[in-house]
Amino acid sequence: MDQKELRELEAQCLQECAPTCTATCPVHVDVKTMLAETARGDFSAALKTYRKAVPFPGIISRLCDQPCQGGCLRMDSGGAIAIRDLERACVRLGEITHEKVRPLPKRKGHVAIIGGGVSGLSAAYELTRKGYAVTIFETGGALGGSLWQIDRDFLPAEVITEDLKIMDTLGIDVRLNTPISDVLELRREHEAVYLAVGAQTEEYFDLQRDEYGFIKTDPVTFETSVAGIFAGGGLRWGKEMHSSITSISEGRRAAISIDRHLQHVSLTAARGNEGPYQSCLFTNTDKIEPQPITPESDGWLYSRADAVQEAQRCLQCECMECVKACEYLKHYERYPRRYVREIYNNLAIVKGTRYANTFINSCSLCGLCGEICPEDLDMGAVNLAARQAMVKQKRMPASAFDFALRDMAFSNSDHFSFARNRPGTTSSDFVLFPGCQLCASSPQHVESAYDYLNTKLIDANVGLMFGCCGAPAKWAGEIELFNQTLARWRANLQTMGNPTVVLPCSSCYQTFKTALPEVQIISLWELYDRYGLPETTAPAVKRTIAIHDPCSARRERSVQDSVRHLAEQLGCTIEELPHSREKTVCCSYGGHMWLANPEVAGKTVRRRVDESPADYLTYCAMCRDFFANQGKRSLHILDLIYGEPGDDSAARPNPGWSQRNENRMRLKRKVLQTIWGEAMDGSQPYEAIRLIVADEVRARLEGRLILTEDIQRVLEYAERTKRRLRSPKTGHFLAYYKPTTVTYWVEYEPQADGFYIFNAYSHRMDVPGSQPPTSGGAS
Amino acid sequence: MTAHTGFSPKETPWVCGQCDIPLVLTPVDVGYMGNAFPVELWKCPNCGLVFVPEELALGKMLEVEKQLEDK
Ligand code: SF4
Ligand code: SF4
Ligand code: SF4
Ligand SMILES: [Zn+2]
Repeated sequence: MDQKELRELEAQCLQECAPTCTATCPVHVDVKTMLAETARGDFSAALKTYRKAVPFPGIISRLCDQPCQGGCLRMDSGGAIAIRDLERACVRLGEITHEKVRPLPKRKGHVAIIGGGVSGLSAAYELTRKGYAVTIFETGGALGGSLWQIDRDFLPAEVITEDLKIMDTLGIDVRLNTPISDVLELRREHEAVYLAVGAQTEEYFDLQRDEYGFIKTDPVTFETSVAGIFAGGGLRWGKEMHSSITSISEGRRAAISIDRHLQHVSLTAARGNEGPYQSCLFTNTDKIEPQPITPESDGWLYSRADAVQEAQRCLQCECMECVKACEYLKHYERYPRRYVREIYNNLAIVKGTRYANTFINSCSLCGLCGEICPEDLDMGAVNLAARQAMVKQKRMPASAFDFALRDMAFSNSDHFSFARNRPGTTSSDFVLFPGCQLCASSPQHVESAYDYLNTKLIDANVGLMFGCCGAPAKWAGEIELFNQTLARWRANLQTMGNPTVVLPCSSCYQTFKTALPEVQIISLWELYDRYGLPETTAPAVKRTIAIHDPCSARRERSVQDSVRHLAEQLGCTIEELPHSREKTVCCSYGGHMWLANPEVAGKTVRRRVDESPADYLTYCAMCRDFFANQGKRSLHILDLIYGEPGDDSAARPNPGWSQRNENRMRLKRKVLQTIWGEAMDGSQPYEAIRLIVADEVRARLEGRLILTEDIQRVLEYAERTKRRLRSPKTGHFLAYYKPTTVTYWVEYEPQADGFYIFNAYSHRMDVPGSQPPTSGGAS
Repeated sequence: MTAHTGFSPKETPWVCGQCDIPLVLTPVDVGYMGNAFPVELWKCPNCGLVFVPEELALGKMLEVEKQLEDK
């Protein structure tokens, strides 16, 4: 990821866009924060927020024409928030904390402001705070201009006086009763002039006018036809419109121009969104309960309680759509705009701790966020790219995906992997590739499916190929290993005469579809749907199930339809989960989430199984087994197709990692023997070692990802070399051995019919004696 | 560098099964990703077999492994 990509990704996430209220407000009051503060009864904090944008809070909270309300997302569910009235409540109920106005060091430049109304005063306020000398020329006898003409009941004199006090503190040179007619003359005496005389502009004919007779000003910089003379406020729109907040906005924006003018820098560069603009924020308003506007109890005054109630109606507009849908994004308590920067920083670290490693490795890469995001930002893609970068930088933590990669290596070793044409043939029209996990979970169904294909595709040659597609390597960011794996399938398929690959597993399907686009593929479920259920299928049993689409089938509409169609034929009444089809969620196997972050994975899978009390039906072996881990009754579609009457397959537990390997091995041995008449040879001596493991210990080993094979290896080594510890008290042995990268410790006792296993644990750190001594040699 | 103490319990039920002699608390180096840490482990003074308690493997060692992997 480079800087440019980072910026683009950040820009894709809308979460930090201002809500419509703030965007529409000419001075961009942080309405959302102000209302949150009000909602919790902290009027002083709310007033402080308001005053950050509005220098004259008493006046403006009475006069403001509140354009912010126009786009308020509360509009259609009870009415827009009474924003101005709440602002007035804050002014009344909040305490002003007078922070010291700290002007910057004095700067060179003297600015003349013509007109002491809110626009001129705002410009004066900004410019003195920037360190410029300012003189205000006011025709009347007091600052405030047209404010004094407003109905006193509506805008009491004390309010004006109170608000304008702030001007006294700034050291502004105020010339009352001083009309100015020659603006050019004034410009000659000052470095810049701001003309803010309100709607009456009969004079100043030295400045060019537009076709309606208004003084011509640049809409962004407010510069008039004469350089260094700026104009804004009521004189730009005349008597028909009155908007004090727009006057303030223009005074402030003119002050920005004047500052730039005095510093001799571009007046126009980077001036987007200074006035009202269209908010880019997305906020989902689908499920908002209507709530009526809280009336002001006392004339136009909100009581404390009423103000709180009204402020609580604010939706606190934000996007967070992806975060709401994804437990992983939620777990880390921020949102993609922040996350992408953290990922970028993590990748950029040369020396020091990379705190985001686990974050990056915990995503299931399921793509749901990309489906949901109004800007299609897919954090899965971002995290996958980050993992690939980490691998390339040789910074991927060695333990991160080690177990999954070893699982994949096992599946692609001779223990499991092979490819054969149908006996007696030399090429295949179709080849069933059941993937690694279906064979691990339901080996008997794989035999049935192969049988089915041979029966139904009567004129075609159907081969069989075992292995792991390579998805685990891809998820781990191991591009090289992924590509090697693909090359192997490519070569096998070529030897078999380029058959169409029949795929039950959605992850295999995605691997083949995206990485081997030249290979013809079809989902096994589409074939079942096309050729009909096998004759052997038991009569349909009526049941209600909820379909869980695997996340890798998110975009496969026709596969989803086939499964639903099959389920109906199998007697199922289908319940659609709240998140299904393209909006489906991951079971937590995807992207190795379960391995990298068991805590987040637990939240993810539990949220899914809690979506419905119905039995789940899915078509990925891993989704099924992960649900089973949670005690959720779940079926694989093959459980229905090949279930015997009376089976309760939905209660079948996950076989566990060791048994999965065992199932794969046995399946290969069995099909080679029964279909091809071949014997599988070359088993290792340790495989013959028989273990006796109590259920409770087995569960512990499963959780620690210690396989039967790992224990067998330790025992084989310890028993052969006698390098082991012994407890005189219990007679147990404790042996340790490091077959490759992990050192395993096993506490055991030899018994007549095998080895009784009490405990096992592992670590990755090297300790002395974990491998045969290099000299002296163990025979 | 002195060995980190507190890694090993004060007593151990294990003796060397190969040499049939008691283990002795000994400073040894454990290593990961090219880093070596001096720690005290129970060790056979004859053949060098050591004892890593379960709590150490799943506690402090795991913690240090993760820290080093994130460096
Ligand atoms: S869905 Fe997520 S990534 Fe997309 S804009 Fe909203 S918060 Fe940002
Ligand atoms: S609901 Fe609240 S945050 Fe949303 S637009 Fe209205 S005032 Fe602003
Ligand atoms: S787990 Fe899925 S939804 Fe969540 S960030 Fe990763 S890809 Fe997106
Ligand atoms: Zn010894």
